[in-house]
Amino acid sequence: MQDILFYIFAALTILPAVALVFSRKSVNSAMLMILSFIGTAALFALLQAYLLAVLQVVVYVGAVIVLFLFIAMLVGAGSPKLAKRDFRNMALASGVFVLLSLFGIAAIAKTGVGTDALPVSPASSAANFGMILFTKYQLAFEITGFLLLAAMVGVIFISKRPDSGDTTTEAE
Amino acid sequence: MHAIALNHYLIVAALLFATGFAGVLVRRNLIIVLMCLELMLNAANIALVAFARFNATPEHPLMDGNAFVFFVITVAAAEVAVGLAIVVALYRRRSTVMTDDLTALKK
Repeated sequence: MQDILFYIFAALTILPAVALVFSRKSVNSAMLMILSFIGTAALFALLQAYLLAVLQVVVYVGAVIVLFLFIAMLVGAGSPKLAKRDFRNMALASGVFVLLSLFGIAAIAKTGVGTDALPVSPASSAANFGMILFTKYQLAFEITGFLLLAAMVGVIFISKRPDSGDTTTEAE
Repeated sequence: MHAIALNHYLIVAALLFATGFAGVLVRRNLIIVLMCLELMLNAANIALVAFARFNATPEHPLMDGNAFVFFVITVAAAEVAVGLAIVVALYRRRSTVMTDDLTALKK
């Protein structure tokens, strides 16, 4: 049963990602990204990282995608024209894709599929998480909080209009 | 049917990373480039959680991989906020988010 679920969730993670790369409208891309993130959260749940699965949905689908949607509607709505195709870059990208995939598959063919995981109690319960975050990773936790504050101040500073009196926003 | 092992998750992570990387190379829209960056971060997260799960034993449940993913999610959220603010500022100034049109530093 878990095997079938794994393949379903893996497909749910990867197929929307591929469609995202090839979709023309950025709003559609944001919607496909939701699917991909939900697939990732399901994979986390299969790996018994339940708290991370919840966090993935809350932070990514709840916050990041909403941000992307806002900006996509603000910026990208008026440009339905397709971007100019650059075949050199396309070839480079597909080459990189095939090479990375082949590399991974070759490495796995060499080592075999590996063994099943040992049955352990769900390691990432919220209590365990809190314990490790406030003991071993206390400093990193505080620095992350400071980083979020810095990001917030930076975003406010960047997105503020340069000077309120002058409202010229035309392209040069 | 054999059980799902670590390598299955690693293949998923590798495919997702390759997809995101190809997207960053191919796409011209800055917003979609940022989305593809997020995909790559997610691929790394899947690999981290998989390694943490498959190296855990009953007496020693490893948490470090999961804690690292927690930090990656936080930093990714901050990165998206700043990146999209830069995109908006750029759009105000230049009225475009296509990388083809943003070549001022090249000339």
